Amino acid sequence: MIEIKNLHKNFGEKEVLKGINLQIPEGKVTCILGGSGCGKSTLIKCLIRLEEPTGGHIFVDGKDITHLHNEIRLAAIRRHFGYLFQEGALFDSMTVGENVSFGLKYLTQVPESEYPRIIKEKLALVGLKEDVAKLNPSELSGGMKKRVSLARVLAVNPKAILYDEPTTGLDPIMSDIISDLILDLKAKLGVTSVVITHDMHSAFKIADYIAFLYEGKILLYGTPEEFRKTDNPYVKQFVSGSSQGPIQMKLMKE
Amino acid sequence: MIKKIGKYIDGLLAQVGGATAMVRSSFFWLFRSKFEFHQAISQGVEIGVNSFGVVGLTSLFTGMVLALQAGNTINNIFGDPIFVGTIVAFSLIRELGPVLTGVVVSGRAGAAVTAQIGTMAVTEQIDALYTLGTNPIRYLVIPRMFGFVLTMPILTLFANVFGIIGGYLVASYALGVPGEIYITDITTFMDVEDFLHGFIKSILFAFMIGTVCCYKGISTRGGAEGVGKSTTGAVVTTIVLILVLDYFLTAILTALGI
Repeated sequence: MIEIKNLHKNFGEKEVLKGINLQIPEGKVTCILGGSGCGKSTLIKCLIRLEEPTGGHIFVDGKDITHLHNEIRLAAIRRHFGYLFQEGALFDSMTVGENVSFGLKYLTQVPESEYPRIIKEKLALVGLKEDVAKLNPSELSGGMKKRVSLARVLAVNPKAILYDEPTTGLDPIMSDIISDLILDLKAKLGVTSVVITHDMHSAFKIADYIAFLYEGKILLYGTPEEFRKTDNPYVKQFVSGSSQGPIQMKLMKE
Repeated sequence: MIKKIGKYIDGLLAQVGGATAMVRSSFFWLFRSKFEFHQAISQGVEIGVNSFGVVGLTSLFTGMVLALQAGNTINNIFGDPIFVGTIVAFSLIRELGPVLTGVVVSGRAGAAVTAQIGTMAVTEQIDALYTLGTNPIRYLVIPRMFGFVLTMPILTLFANVFGIIGGYLVASYALGVPGEIYITDITTFMDVEDFLHGFIKSILFAFMIGTVCCYKGISTRGGAEGVGKSTTGAVVTTIVLILVLDYFLTAILTALGI
């Protein structure tokens, strides 16, 4: 469904992505691992064209969307994606219910009378009660915000969901609940998932495939099993979470 | 030094280019999507209600001080405070009404618009709009632009009325000018063109305030500090531009006989 070929992205003179090649298989969970600031979020923002790539190509269902500028065509491409933002990005001027139903108004033909039923259904899918719909985002905890944000994504039935660090900042139990949710969505709805994370526990639990991003390039791509067995010192250090290794040495050199 | 000036000019031109692209995009979406009527009305009400009290108060005292200064000066020259009503109304309707309203609206409602859109930008809510099938220009910018353009002329009209009332109070109670003469001075020497002059200015100021404040909001980067910088930048830019534009508009409109 999604194919990335030799993708480059620069911010001014800073080269963030230096030739990414990656295929995202349909109906599977692909995790993108990497340290903070290595370009993971930039990569998935390029997939949905919230950032415009500097070079290379992104194909969605065979269509090259890399340099598409027509806003109407771009909106049609984005229609197939859901995006779970790191901090939820809930609209703070609206209630939870209005947040969840927001996409229905602009992306679907669903009549307004159906909104309450869909809000209730999607909130239940992410483990939240109907009463939450009346609350404002400022009244929610971090975990609840992420779940409401996920309900907002699910309301419009996307084919693929991009998760930007879905477990960051959550306690281990809530992290596990979010991981289970991602697996549930794959099993029940067959959604293609791209998950950006540096939570190894979550990645090994949910991923069908893992890509390790380092210094703007994919250093290793494979199954979780292949990641556990790899001899690559960079990946080994990242997986073990050790402060000693080539990644630290590189940091010291800089 | 030259490098610094070059960088500053480069940044300034980039901002002008960005704001122009936003206006272009606003016209694109205005004719290609369903108009957010409810949003435009609620923005208009918010901008108008937010600014009404301050506009009224500043205009009242501006009218009062105009009457006092003009009355005393004319009294010193001619020995009688004549044409106070004409001077107060003429100054307010053609110049001070739209300018003062613009300054108050940019400081009160413009700052709020920049801060709100800026906060949305730094918390990824603008990106979220894109992912939910909504263009932020269509959803955020167009209704606010309409809000400014719809309410500024109404606020300017209120400013003129409050200013004239302020002048009336001073003229009647401090300068001893009979009320009927104050009113006759206004109606005798004011034309429809004078109202049109102020009306055109208020609409163009509103358009400029909407453009600058929305653009500064949408282009905000860098967390809470970025929101603060954008908001300050929006208010300073709009106030300076109001005064600069006022001169050129006065020159152009006068040349056109308005």
